[in-house]
Formats: sequence, structure tokens, C-alpha cells
Amino acid sequence: MVQEEARSLPLPPGPLMTKSESVLSPVRLSVRSPADEEGVHDSFQQLIAEHSDNGAASSALELQQLQSDLDEESRDNMPLSGPEHEHRRRQGASDLECDGGEMDPIQGEGWSSDTLKILSSMPSRTIGRNRGAIISQYCNKTLKLRRRRQTRPSIRDFSPSSRPSIRSYGMEGDTTDAEVSKRERLVNNLQNLPVSDRVRMLRGMPLSVAEKKEIRNLVMQKEKRILSNKKLSCCSQLKYYIIIAARKSWYSWLSFLHSLQPWQTLLKRVSGRFGTGVLSYFLFLKTLVFFNVFLFLVTGAFLVLPQAVHPPYRDTTSFSGLELLTGAGSFSHTVMYYGYYANYTLPRRSRDEGGGQNASTLTSDSQQFSYNMPLAYFFTIGMAFFITCIILVYSMSKTFGRSFRINKSNSILTMKTFSCWDFKVIKKKSVQIMSENIGTQLKELLAELTQKHTKSTFCKRFCRLMVHGVAWTICIASTTGCMAGVYYFSEFIHKDLQQNHRNLYVNPLMKEAKLLSLPTVVSVINLLLPALFNLVGWMETYESPSVFAYVAIGRNLMLKMSMLGILCFHWLGRVAPEYKSIGLTCWEDFVGQELYRFLLMDFIFTLLDTLFGELLWRLFSEKVLKRKRKPVFDIARNVLDLIYGQTLAWLGVLFSPVLPVVQILKLFLVFYIKMSSVMLNCQAPRKPYRASQMTTIFITLLCIPSLLGASVCVTYTMWSITPSTSCGPFRTLDTMFKAGKHWMEILEKDNPSLSVLSKAHTYFVENPFFLFVGAGIFLIVIYFHSQVVDGQRKIISLLQDQIQNEGEDKKFLINRLQSVHKQKQDAGKRLKSQDSTC
Amino acid sequence: MGTTASQLSKESLSEYQELTFLTKQEILLAHKRFTELLEKHEKEQIDARVPKGRIITLPELKSNPFKERICQVFSTSEQKDGSLTFEDFLDLLSAFSDSATLEIKSHYAFRIFDFDDDGTLDCADLEKLVNCLTGETNDAKLSSTEMKQLISNILEESDIDKDGTVNLSEFQHVISRSPDFVSSFKIVL
Repeated sequence: MVQEEARSLPLPPGPLMTKSESVLSPVRLSVRSPADEEGVHDSFQQLIAEHSDNGAASSALELQQLQSDLDEESRDNMPLSGPEHEHRRRQGASDLECDGGEMDPIQGEGWSSDTLKILSSMPSRTIGRNRGAIISQYCNKTLKLRRRRQTRPSIRDFSPSSRPSIRSYGMEGDTTDAEVSKRERLVNNLQNLPVSDRVRMLRGMPLSVAEKKEIRNLVMQKEKRILSNKKLSCCSQLKYYIIIAARKSWYSWLSFLHSLQPWQTLLKRVSGRFGTGVLSYFLFLKTLVFFNVFLFLVTGAFLVLPQAVHPPYRDTTSFSGLELLTGAGSFSHTVMYYGYYANYTLPRRSRDEGGGQNASTLTSDSQQFSYNMPLAYFFTIGMAFFITCIILVYSMSKTFGRSFRINKSNSILTMKTFSCWDFKVIKKKSVQIMSENIGTQLKELLAELTQKHTKSTFCKRFCRLMVHGVAWTICIASTTGCMAGVYYFSEFIHKDLQQNHRNLYVNPLMKEAKLLSLPTVVSVINLLLPALFNLVGWMETYESPSVFAYVAIGRNLMLKMSMLGILCFHWLGRVAPEYKSIGLTCWEDFVGQELYRFLLMDFIFTLLDTLFGELLWRLFSEKVLKRKRKPVFDIARNVLDLIYGQTLAWLGVLFSPVLPVVQILKLFLVFYIKMSSVMLNCQAPRKPYRASQMTTIFITLLCIPSLLGASVCVTYTMWSITPSTSCGPFRTLDTMFKAGKHWMEILEKDNPSLSVLSKAHTYFVENPFFLFVGAGIFLIVIYFHSQVVDGQRKIISLLQDQIQNEGEDKKFLINRLQSVHKQKQDAGKRLKSQDSTC
Repeated sequence: MGTTASQLSKESLSEYQELTFLTKQEILLAHKRFTELLEKHEKEQIDARVPKGRIITLPELKSNPFKERICQVFSTSEQKDGSLTFEDFLDLLSAFSDSATLEIKSHYAFRIFDFDDDGTLDCADLEKLVNCLTGETNDAKLSSTEMKQLISNILEESDIDKDGTVNLSEFQHVISRSPDFVSSFKIVL
């Protein structure tokens, strides 16, 4: 069949001929096999005839059909599978040795070589190695796609599926377009697909490039022929060229995007040495950089740039150097902070912004190209948060879908064996460590399986519970202690500021330096408490390393979130209402500066941690303790540090629109420092690390406590805290949220005909009912989705049952085949012996 | 089929971009690395083959226990000697690239693990696979009873139609549920 196929194709001359030869040559090798097969076939017919005399007509008919079916299939695949038959025959023997019979029902008995041959040419087994089978599989796929795209294929393109079912076989007959080879059908199908689908299909085919090229050329030729026949109209020719141009520009765009990705070689080096686990930390860092770049692009374009073009006043405070640390001083009255931004409408020269709202101000000439700063501030921050949230939720749901497929069954061993090898790891030592790890993990899993039911004694369990209880008590107590400490310390600082405000003879530099104490204390806590948690963690014993990792993450998260909670309370509940008592004109500036200081301190302590925790610890353990092992990079803790920093940055965007830049710089530096530290000080992790599940968890943590917490704080600030009365874009308003309403009122005054808009604004934005409706719809959608998933789960289990039944059927049929074959052999022997006795 | 070894023509470059999961830069890099492997007199030759022995000296493959299988699977050589042309090399990189689909990755993984090329993973294949994973050192290698138990467990978990071997669709079924596979089945030049 393939021979025909090769002949019927219009083969281009040149090197392609070698290809066609490679198709043909196995045919020569296996000339013997089809004849062999024919022999089996004939003998079966005879036997079946005998058999049907015995009254088993129906089963015999089935067998006959099956036999011819299998025959057909095997002849289909024969040219390529020919040489493997010999191999298979040898393989069969070793199978038997390895199985021991009881767990391999099909191959359990000594099959004859003919049965083995049929077994090996079953479609489910040829699809993994045979080109013809792959082509026919893709032929069906393209056909399906075409049907979905509803470009009606002609009737002759419809083919029986690549795995003909037993029942439909007899009805359709054997003469199903044998002359149209599978490949030609595939070319036909491909040619009728839209270009993008065709490219996707071709790319996704597991064939070699040379073969794909051949198919593509055939498709192109055919298309050209059709095009020239049709004599294209000018319009469709233009369309054709546009499509080609668009595709080319798309490719160049893709490669441009690819070249934009920073740190490729560095990431490759890390993954080559440490594998996917440590790599996921750096990838997470990269994602954070992208989030911050996005945030900065938004605030930069809509807030910083317009304001920087129209500076309200110049404040000349000399630069003293301490600003870099405290963020105050000469930095205070710049675009860095909220207080600098104007509360009026900027006269427009260059830019045009404010969403669609500007369109409605067309009537008043003075405002025609104006930029309403308060409104822009409000909407920019709101939209930035909203879009970030959408991106995060989207990526979260995507990773969730990837790492928690529905209908999870516990096939850990299989997954471990098939997918644990990290092909990225290329360093020899790391490869060795990895294979050792895999060996021990497999052994542990096996041991667990065998002694799963050994129950631990009550006493042991009690002891373990006690240890866990003590560990948790220590962790919670220390966290609470630190919380209380930070609470009282911040109160003390606040009181101190109030006193200093009254006392005028204090060095302003000293005052600024004092501001650094709170961030330092918090950073010290953030550095030391995780170490304590680690110590406590050594005390406990957990059954699985993943539980251990989750517990560690949970404790660190608890600490960081409680710290941030206390700080938010300090800023929003203590500083904001009584800012005048500590001598501030603009509390938003103060909070922005505080957040800047926290970010900076976090960075400095990351540096210290890297230096002491990794570099010095390695030197210490190498030189003093004479241990060969280097420390292991603690992915979870480092990622949580990143999340903490990101929460600070998100909190600060409202008060300091330039904060994302600081965060970007910080992340860049952290990337290089951590990279060199990891390369220098650490060794490949010994524990198994489920990278994708961890990534899911990290993204979730970034979304749920981090972004959600930050946006709750920001929303609270906008909705219900009175902004400073003498600075910032919202200085005359009760709350920031009033900006929209205020603008609406102005609009209504200017243009009474737009009162509908203002009413709509009051009705939709300020009425909580619509918020509830939106949330309700969202919940309903989620509910329906979960119901759909539930239904799919049921169907999957049904299908699994069906597959099992099919397997049973297959076993039954093969058994029948074998027994019939044996009978025939016995009959032959009897005949022979009769002959000899005669 | 203009794969002159010295220079890639623009047409073939865009053709390769269309047929593989690689970007332009990756193809060019692959070409550079491939020509480095060629000997001097082969550099001008069209469709020059690099023998398996030289391919596996690439640092990306050097310490990989599956290196010989990888060459074997991606080779289109008629002698089945595992030698690669440039196009085969591109095929290899495409299957191991970032943007390749799970389907293609699992297909090639299956063929790499199918040591005897018979289209299905039987006990002998699984045993070889596990041995490749654990390496040859004595303390990591599984004992024969452990091996037997492991293989019977694997078959129990993944062999849905209970025919004693893992075929391609069963393999893909397992792989689709293990999220780490896509990120770890990658080789970057």
C-alpha cells in the first residue's frame, strides 16, 4: 500500500528520491512477511470453516472479520514494521521471562509467533512507531478540524477511521478508496484548512522535518494549481499577499519577542545545574519584573509624565545622600510622591488621556484638551490594580488547570518514572545527584507501598502530635510576640514623632535617620523568625516532604502577613487621622516614604542574608566543620521574601507612583546577586521538588493574600480615609472616591444635557446593588463550571470502564485466535501422523 | 531542500520556522552549533550527516543517560546508526523546545523510552528505563525484587486496557496528568 502511495505521489526530483527509496527499501526487506501472513490467513479460513460446522457460526464469523481486519492492518503497516517482526519474536521470549505470567494476561501463555505478529501489528501498538499510522491519525485529526471549521469536504475525503471498528467493517466493505492513499488524503485535508490551522497542524505532527517539508510542498503545489486554475480576482490575490505578509511580520514579531526575553543564558546555566526547582524561583522573579514594568508603564504614562511636563513649583532642598535610604528630604517634593500631584485640570499640549471621559467635555472650549489630574490619578491606580488582578487570576487558573487535572488518581510511581527526568540538567555532577535521588525516591515509594498498613502505636502518634503542638505553639507565640513588639514600637515611634514635633531643636537629619528604625526592626524580624521556624521544623518529622514544605510556607506567610497587617494599621489607623499632630502636611507622602524605606531595608537584608546565610555559612561549613556539602537553596523562603516585597510595592503605588521603578531596580539586583550566590554557594537540592505545583502555589499566594490585601488597603484608603487637606490631587475632597462624583457635578453644571450620565454614575457606581449583582453572576458562573467538571468526571469514569471492557474483549479475541490456531496445528499433526502410519 | 551546510537561505529559514517550534534565533544558533560539529570537507556538503558519536559530545547531551536513544529516535538515517542531518537536529530541538506542545513532547518521550522500537513499552523497556534513571551506581540501583514490584505497579497504574504493555495513548494519558513533564522535557542550546 505504501508502495502505491509512493508511486502515486508526484515526487519532486533531487534529494527527495532518497526519501522515497527509504520508504521502499523496507518493502524489499520484508517481502516474506505478507506471504507469511497470507498463509496464516488461509489456514484460519479453513479452521474457521471446521469450527463453524461445530455450531459456533456467529463467533466464527466475528473471528473471520477480525482476522481479515487484522490482516488488512498489518499489511498496511507491513513495509515499515517488517524488520521489527524478527525483533518482536525475540522480544516475546524475553517478555515472558520478565512477566512471570500472572500479571500479563495476554502474553501469559506461550503464544505462537503468528499471534505475536498480529499482536505487534495492532493499531494501538503501531501508532507509536509507524509513519503510516501517524499520517493516518493526523489525517483524521485534520478531517475533524475541517468539519469543525465547516469547510465542507467532498464525500471522498471521508474515510473510515484509522482504527476500523469490527462492526462497521463488514458494512463498509474492503474497497474503501484504496487508491487514494492516506497521505494524499492528508494533503487534501491540509490544503482545505485555513492557513493558520494548517501551520499549526504541520508543526504538531510527530514526523521528521523532511517529511513535513514534503507534505507542505505537496500542499503548496496543489494550492498553486488550484489558484492558477481559478484565475484569481484582484481582490483575493491581494488578500493572499496580505496573509503572507502578515504571517512574515508575525514571525519576525515572535522572534523579536524572543530576543527580548532577558537572562536566557543565565537561566539555562541555573537549570543545567540545579534543575527545574531552583529555576522556578528565578522565573517567578522574572514574572514579578514584568508585573512591575507593566505597573510602571501605566503610572508613568498617565501620571508621572503629564505631571512632570507641568511642574507645579520647584522646591530646592539640597541633596544630602541620606535620601537614598530614607526617601525623604529632597525626594519629598518630586513626582515620586502623591503630594506633588496637582488637584486641578492640567492644560493640555501633548497628551490626551482620561479614558472616554474627555470626549464628553468637548462643549467647553477651555477644557477641550484638558487633563483632569485627580480623575486620572483615581482611574489609573484603579485600572492598574484591576488589570493586574485579571492577569494574575488568569495565570493562576491556567497553572491550576495544568497542575491539577481532573480525575486525579494516585499513579505516583508511574508519573515519577515517566516524567521525573529533568532533561535540562546537563552538569555531570548534578546528573549523578539526580539519578541517585530518583533511585532513593523510588525505593522509598516502593517501601511505603509495601508497608502502608503498619499502624503506628498510639503512644508514638501521641508523641508526634505533641511535637507538632509544641512546634506550632512556638511559632505562633513568637509571631504574636513580634506582632506585639512591632505594634508597641510603632506606637512609641509615633509618640516620639509627636514630641519631636513640639520640640523644635532637633537635628532634622537625626529625625530622618530615626525613621529608619521601624523598617530595620521589621526586616530583622523577617530575617530571624524564619530561621527559628526552620529550627523548629527540624524537630518535627513529617511523612512527606511536600507537607513539610507547605507547613514551612504557611508559617512564614503567617508571619509576613501579620507584620504587614500591623504596619497597615499603623499607617492608616494611626498616622492618617492625626497626621497634623506629628507635624506632617501630607500623610500620604509620609506613608509613601515609609514604604520606600521598607522596600530598601528588605533589599539590604536580602543582601545580608545572602552574604551571611549563604556565603559565610558555606565557608564556615567547608573550612571549620570540614563538611563537603554545600547549603541548599531554600526556594520557598526566598519566594516568600519576593512576595513580601511585591506586596509592599503594590501597597505603595497609590502613595508613590514611582515605586514600581524602585522595585524593578531591586529585583534586577536581587536576580544577579542570587544568581551568583546560588552558582557559588549552593548545591543541587536533595529533596524532590514539585516545581509546577509549587509555582501554582506561589502564583496563588501572590494573588490571594498579596494582591488582594494590597488592593483592600488601597480601596479602603480611597473610600473612607480623608486625604490631606493641603497636598495631592484630592486635597479638597472628603475621600478620594469623591473625585468621580465631583467631576460629574462639574460636568452637569457645564452641560445640563449630560445629566443622564451623572445620574447613571450615581446609580451604577455608588449603588452597591450592582456590585452584588456582579458578584452573584460571577458566583453562578463558577458554580456552573464546577458542575460541568463534575459531569466530565462522571463521563471519564464511564469511559474508563468501557476501555477496560474493550481490553477484556481484546484479550478474549486473542485467546480465541490462539486456541483456534492451536487446534489447527494439532489437526495438522494428527493428519501427519496418520499419513505416516498409513 | 537547500540546506547548504555553510549558509542557511532565507526561504529555508522561514520554512523551518513554519515547520518547527523554533524561533529564528534558535534555528540560527542550531545551525551554528551543527556546523561546528561537521568536519571541514563536510561543511559545503548538502545534507551532511553527523555520526552519533559526535552528536553526543554536545554538552547539552553529554551526561544525559538517554542520549543514544535520543539520537536514534530523531535520526532519519537508513542504516539506523543514529546519525543526524541538520533537519533531524532541528527536529530534536523542536521537540525539546519551550513552545512544543504536550502532545509532541509525549510522543517523542514515548519513542525515546521505547528502547526496542516495537511501539509499546513492555517490561524490558520499563526495566531499561528505570535503570537509566537510577544510574549504574550500586546504592541507587533497584534490586531485582524492587524492580519487579515497580514494574508491576507501573503496569497496574497505567495499563488501562490491561494488555501487559503501555501503549502510546496510555502513556500520553499518564503524562497529561503530570504537570512537571512539560517543563522538564526541555533541552535548550
